[in-house]
Amino acid sequence: MHGFSFSRWLGILLKEFIQLRRDRLTFGMIVGIPIIQLMLFGFAINSDPKHLPTAIVIADPGPFARAYVAAMANSQYFKIVGQVDEAQADTLLDRSEVQFVVTFPAGFHRDLVRGRSPTLLVEADATDPMATGGAISVLRQLGVEVFAPDLPGRQAAARPPVDLRIHRRYNPEGITAYNVVPGLLGVILTMTMVLMTGLAMTRERERGTFENLLSTPATPLEVMTGKIVPYILIGLLQVTLVLLAARWIFDVPMHGSLLLLYAVVLLFICANLTLGITFSSIARNQLQAMQMTFFFFLPSMLLSGFMFPFRGMPEWAQAIGSVLPLTHFLLLVRGILLKGNGLAALWDQTWPILAFIAVVLAIGLKTFRRTLD
Amino acid sequence: MDALAIDVSGINKRFGDKHVVRDLALQVRQGEIYGFLGPNGSGKTTSIRMLCGLLTPDSGRGTCLGLDVLKESAAIKRQVGYMTQKFSLWDDLTIAENLDFVARMFGMANRRPAVDQTLDDLGLAGRRQQLAGTLSGGWKQRLALASCLLHTPRLLLLDEPTAGVDPKARRDFWEEIHRLSAAGITVLVSTHYMDEAERCHRLAYIAYGSLLASGTAAEVVAGCQLNTWQISGDGIHGLAERLRGLPGAEQVASFGATLHVSGRDGALLQASLRTLSDATGLQSMAVAPSLEDAFINLMQRSPDPLSS
Repeated sequence: MHGFSFSRWLGILLKEFIQLRRDRLTFGMIVGIPIIQLMLFGFAINSDPKHLPTAIVIADPGPFARAYVAAMANSQYFKIVGQVDEAQADTLLDRSEVQFVVTFPAGFHRDLVRGRSPTLLVEADATDPMATGGAISVLRQLGVEVFAPDLPGRQAAARPPVDLRIHRRYNPEGITAYNVVPGLLGVILTMTMVLMTGLAMTRERERGTFENLLSTPATPLEVMTGKIVPYILIGLLQVTLVLLAARWIFDVPMHGSLLLLYAVVLLFICANLTLGITFSSIARNQLQAMQMTFFFFLPSMLLSGFMFPFRGMPEWAQAIGSVLPLTHFLLLVRGILLKGNGLAALWDQTWPILAFIAVVLAIGLKTFRRTLD
Repeated sequence: MDALAIDVSGINKRFGDKHVVRDLALQVRQGEIYGFLGPNGSGKTTSIRMLCGLLTPDSGRGTCLGLDVLKESAAIKRQVGYMTQKFSLWDDLTIAENLDFVARMFGMANRRPAVDQTLDDLGLAGRRQQLAGTLSGGWKQRLALASCLLHTPRLLLLDEPTAGVDPKARRDFWEEIHRLSAAGITVLVSTHYMDEAERCHRLAYIAYGSLLASGTAAEVVAGCQLNTWQISGDGIHGLAERLRGLPGAEQVASFGATLHVSGRDGALLQASLRTLSDATGLQSMAVAPSLEDAFINLMQRSPDPLSS
């Protein structure tokens, strides 16, 4: 071992450990990321989600309908949120408040007893095909199990007791791209907007030019907003590119208003930019800003419903997820593109993003170092 | 008595448990060049930053250009030109873009003509599209000064403006400073160079956060009450240690081919030197203590809180 000094090597090793221990952020990432991933992949992610909110439309009340609804609830796949009329059911689906609507048609009881296989209509919000698959297959089973024992003089094998019709709303063919491409819109924006603005300000601090900027009469708000606006334009450009690709390459349907979509995109960009700027006023250098970005980006990817069905996550993960702007943005974009939602249906997802912006902006303005201390 | 451009007292600043500036009191008259001296880490930069509103003092009171340093930092910034120790213009902007940006930050109405005028004055009109990061040290310094002067400030705060700049550029720089001073602009400049200190109208010496002496160069020297002898002869540098051990000798410093030995007790030191020159044949001559002797003395006498 010519020229290699073990003690020197050990010294370097120890120094690295000491520096690492002092660098809380890196340490946090080293420990935090594996824990988050372990928790998510080990316990949280359920690609066969259960307890999906379901609304019931009953045109013909009767013991069979009641028995069927009870069986659905017992299967654990469905969480019955209530009985509604058809118009309400549509609204609930549009607003993503329920995953399924099950409709028992008029004359359901009579037709069932007479062996005429009445139609049982199941409408599923299939924007994310993964979320509904398991539940639908359970429904088929239930039809046979619930009704067969109670129907006198019928051979169960002859003909299914009910004619189960499943409408996969919004994405009838279960095309994954319909779900993923609008989702990518949010993921790409989160990544670039937070990172770029995060770096913009720390770069100033690292190079010493921040001191010069501070010695001028420029105010924190001027500096912040002045740095944000160029990135808003970049964000809109990115969105346009993704939308063009969605339309011409992936054939994603665009049912809603493009203007409304851009308005929602603008709101989402603002949320990410304020976060980026806030990160950069907390971070001491560009590396830390980058680390913070990833620290935010990872849960955004995993917990927002982009990668896994949101309703397939345990409640604590859903709680974290519902703080993230991406979660709401995904619902908004899918709502506008695939469901053709209008302004009225969007408020439920809009106010959490607004609240996020308000809180982050407040933190950012407070920590922005007007003076160098 | 002239009006005071800076008049502060009892200024304190702590970073965590480090007391960086202690009870700083400073009076700078309008239109004068005020030198700010002291060893590295003595609190010069922090003091300057507090004067221009970049840092908020923990305690203290006073005015800068007649404005309250604690409450009116925004108004102070508009009338102060601050040149940072490290080049702090944007490397990835061109010379013209940098000046234009600074002019915009100060909300100047006649931005374009002012920038063009500055470029002409600097002699950089032909290189306006050059990136600032590619300039040499001397040019960077000139550009930085020009950008501080764009908004016609009444007070210039210069933090070691000539560090790493060649002697010719340094001389030109100081001529410019004197022109500005003659035009009525007050200049507070920190420096490590003795020749620059002597070019200032008045001085302050700060060490470990405390102001140790202030006044004109002559006053600062007189305030130290030193008696200095210049030692010359062959092989004197080998004798520095021995000189330091002499009764009455407080400090020994080399000045070119000679040594300066100083002490406050002149009679004692003179007697010691006489004995030594009898033994070794060295020549000693009483001289007036220089500013550098005074500074070395101030630095030695100041308690270093970090070493205790």
